[in-house]
Amino acid sequence: MKFSKEHEWVKLEGDTAIIGITDYAAHQLGDIVFVELPNKGSKLEVNKVFGTIESVKTVSDVFAPMTGEVIEVNDELDANPALVNEDPTGNGWIVKIKVSNPNEYDQLLDEAAYKAICE
Amino acid sequence: MTEPLLFELDTKGRRGYALPKLDVPTVDPADHIPTKFLRKQLDMPSLSELETVRHFTRLSRMNHSVDIGFYPLGSCTMKYNPKVNENIARLPGFANIHPYQNADSVQGALKLLKTTEQYLAELTGMDAITLQPAAGAQGEMTGLLIIKAYHNKKGNNKKKILIPDSGHGTNPASCTMVGYEVVNIKSDDRGCIDIADLKANIAPDVAGLMITNPNTLGLFDENIGELATLVHSVDGLLYYDGANFNAIMGWTRPGDMGFDVVHLNLHKTFSTPHGGGGPGSGPVGVKAHLKEFLPTPRIVEKNNTYSFEDQNNDTIGAVLGSFGNFSVIVKALAYIMYSGKEGLKDASAYAVLNANYMMKKLKDTYYVPYDRFCKHEFVISGKTLAKQGVKTLDVAKRLLDFGYHSPTIYFPLIVEEAMMFEPTETESKDTLDSFIEVMEKIAKEAVENPDLLKNAPISTPVRRLDEATAARKPDINFYQKP
Amino acid sequence: MSTYIPHTTAELQEMLNVIGVKTIDELFAEIPQKLRLNKDLNIPSGMSELEMTRKLTSLSEMNKTVDKNVCFLGGGAYDHIIPAAIDHLLLRGDFFTAYTPYQPEVSQGTLQCIYEYQSLICSLTGMDQTNASLYEGATANVEAIKMAQAQTGRKKVILFDTINPAYRRVIKTINGAQETEIVTLGFEDGVSDLTKLSQAIDDKTAAVLVQYPNFFGCIEDIENIAKIAHEAGALCIVCANPISLALLEAPGNLGADIVTGEGQPLGVPLSFGGPYIGFLAAKKALLRKMPGRIVGKTLDLDGKQGFVLTLQAREQHIRREKAGSNICSNQALVALNTTIYMALMGAEGLKEVALHSFQKAHYMKSELAKLENVTIPFTCSFFHELVIKVPNADSVLKKMEEKGIFAGIALEKYYPNLKDCILIAITEKRTKSEIDDYCKYLGEAIK
Ligand SMILES: Cc1ncc(COP(=O)(O)O)c(C=O)c1O
Repeated sequence: MKFSKEHEWVKLEGDTAIIGITDYAAHQLGDIVFVELPNKGSKLEVNKVFGTIESVKTVSDVFAPMTGEVIEVNDELDANPALVNEDPTGNGWIVKIKVSNPNEYDQLLDEAAYKAICE
Repeated sequence: MTEPLLFELDTKGRRGYALPKLDVPTVDPADHIPTKFLRKQLDMPSLSELETVRHFTRLSRMNHSVDIGFYPLGSCTMKYNPKVNENIARLPGFANIHPYQNADSVQGALKLLKTTEQYLAELTGMDAITLQPAAGAQGEMTGLLIIKAYHNKKGNNKKKILIPDSGHGTNPASCTMVGYEVVNIKSDDRGCIDIADLKANIAPDVAGLMITNPNTLGLFDENIGELATLVHSVDGLLYYDGANFNAIMGWTRPGDMGFDVVHLNLHKTFSTPHGGGGPGSGPVGVKAHLKEFLPTPRIVEKNNTYSFEDQNNDTIGAVLGSFGNFSVIVKALAYIMYSGKEGLKDASAYAVLNANYMMKKLKDTYYVPYDRFCKHEFVISGKTLAKQGVKTLDVAKRLLDFGYHSPTIYFPLIVEEAMMFEPTETESKDTLDSFIEVMEKIAKEAVENPDLLKNAPISTPVRRLDEATAARKPDINFYQKP
Repeated sequence: MSTYIPHTTAELQEMLNVIGVKTIDELFAEIPQKLRLNKDLNIPSGMSELEMTRKLTSLSEMNKTVDKNVCFLGGGAYDHIIPAAIDHLLLRGDFFTAYTPYQPEVSQGTLQCIYEYQSLICSLTGMDQTNASLYEGATANVEAIKMAQAQTGRKKVILFDTINPAYRRVIKTINGAQETEIVTLGFEDGVSDLTKLSQAIDDKTAAVLVQYPNFFGCIEDIENIAKIAHEAGALCIVCANPISLALLEAPGNLGADIVTGEGQPLGVPLSFGGPYIGFLAAKKALLRKMPGRIVGKTLDLDGKQGFVLTLQAREQHIRREKAGSNICSNQALVALNTTIYMALMGAEGLKEVALHSFQKAHYMKSELAKLENVTIPFTCSFFHELVIKVPNADSVLKKMEEKGIFAGIALEKYYPNLKDCILIAITEKRTKSEIDDYCKYLGEAIK
């Protein structure tokens, strides 16, 4: 698993990337009440906003850590946005994309480097 | 204490009001209106008059209000709302006139509006006032539309408004409403605009700078003269958010400080009641060079006769369907007349006195990030309580247990764990002393028994509410369950 | 010193000592001398409550009121009956001297009232959700247009010139400043021309805005307008008179996506135009595009029912320049006013208000039709407002006013084609004899 400076995580499985927000980010946001998801088939562009996460007290943009086409969105979040708080790196994932440029993965931070920026 | 919903008090067949008997020959609506446009069903509860009166009376008792106790909510100027003003706004000659009556039949109303314009122009040092905007935020939008019209008329397609990072949320939101881009300007370590950052952002495409002075920290920016010169040097205009006008009335005027456009909040400085969130009134004042852009109709006076004037090619148009929140304006004028020039100046003097007194007394127990004289309000930070795991929110909630309203919290955004207090001039020293004692007590509790704060309030009609579920599964309409 | 300031001389001295200054002036020291107002304000000195009351009372008496005259003026503000209990409740300090309910534990009264208001407005309009109120009718439409634009990602808006001209002006000023293409279509026999709508609508159209009943009192075919809008992927916004909705089908049941309107008819005093109240209700899909405050029901730590401001992340204090609207203060007390009105009236009472207004307006039309030289230009269905044409409207209105009758709004100023036309509004408050007098004096005035 790798991380972006904007607090997203990515798991790369073949050419599919699973994307969510980090434990740290979920904690900072507080009680998450709504996740605005992209449509299936839409294109994500690295470092561009692709959705928003709304908590009781704030809203935060979600940035794409990699470029690619959305092949699946986590519909569960519609009914149960709290999943992002409860299990941000598991059941609280946000989208799966088919990556266009796997090399982008190498530009992302490893766990130690990400931890350092959260301090 | 839970009050049933209106809908739970419904008893079919009860009536709370009876109309006079229908005294004209009747027709069958179905003969005159196509049936698809006739209503099939209307859900609405039926209650007797007494049941209705009791329901709302009981609900009213679940509120904190200025009439019940101290309400030091910063940036909101919760001063006393004089009772007599309510009587005056309800005089038949003010309450029972129709906006489409012709000018001859409403000379008193027009004279009242014109007089209010004149007094507000004098107070702000501006050349002309419109009373149309319905609240502060609408005043901001109106002022920004005027700024835009000014630049457009000169053929300057400017794009940006500068706003300090301590600015109120309506400021940037109003910029978006008129199509301006927002550039945030940093504050310096005295809480004022960072001149270096301002200079770095001054450019020909800057349409204006939008600030409060004193700012949302309650601090007067003494560099205002320099700021004005800088902004004017690129033909930018200076906008004054008058939410904090209660600090300077009769002492200095936005017009004299170099501002081109001002809005006031009559529901703050001029004592008109907040009504649980509104109505307000947000008059806008401008310097002579912007007069032609004011919304229409304008009220004009000739030989003691008042009329409306609509003809004006440069006007931004209209921002409200009527002349403004008239009865709010009536109350504000009553306040101005009662207070008079001395009373208005005193109001600011004593508002500033009260705020400095409170700040000085609280400084021993709480962290004051900007340690200098404040104006009508001041900000302290709850960050020193973090050791006990106590937050500003907990202090705010604990205050409710002592019968006080909380300060404004987590605003301005540039102060960590901010608490913003605005005592206003209508509070006595005794009230302030009792409140300060409670603040000190709470600081002690935070160390000795932090759970008291974290579980507060306990003596209010309800305890802390589950806001997360409220937002996740919104129940906002009785007739449609989530 | 004004009595609203309680400090005694001794207290002032003690406070100055604590602060460590000699005079209040020192607290203003940072204001540079050259920016000080070093003179008295040019405003009269303060006066006693009695003197102030006398002065303002005499000013108020220069106005002709709808109590001493008979009011047939409408155009968005109506002279309806207002039950006496309302004002007594509004004058409870616990309601009117409270601020926005930011601390819900001590604002349950205000919050529950707003929840009840929201529910009643939804019921009346046939919509899923609404907010805690907007400023008034015109700006409610401005906000509705912005919602439709945000939802569809389109900029163009089509409206009809049967919409209140005052609302259209505000839309032009505010929506126009946001690069909205505003297309205004004409009318045929008092109602919107649907063929023109079909021609004008396209895939750039965010919304079609229609008034129901329209400015002339006529009942628009909102069902077909909504159909045309939806076929083009646009939303249908219906600006409705809330009283009429007790008689007329709810716009929500006829295809509207957003219902807006002016809430003044629901028991709010005329007060020369304000404060009134704008309502805006919408279908569920538009929830996160709603402007302004929204109250939701929830539970407290003990599981007790309670209310909070909710979905606040939409609003300016959180989203700042990205917020959909800048509204902060709204018209809360006026929302309460309309809530108490609806509670007192109930469904039956409200239907009666609508029905009596309708009956009296139809009686009046039949009486007016008997007058020579009076024509009724539109034949369409109407609710409680109608247009008549007389020789020399201005002089007729003046003569009628001399008889103590505010006889209507001259339309030529807003519709140059409708020279000598007058818009008349008839509420349940008008009596048969007032209507008969109107017709009698009108007959004399046009002789
Ligand atoms: C500094 C400031 N500006 C603007 C506003 C907006 O005023 P209104 O609520 O009347 O729209 C407020 C209100 O809280 C404020 O405190």
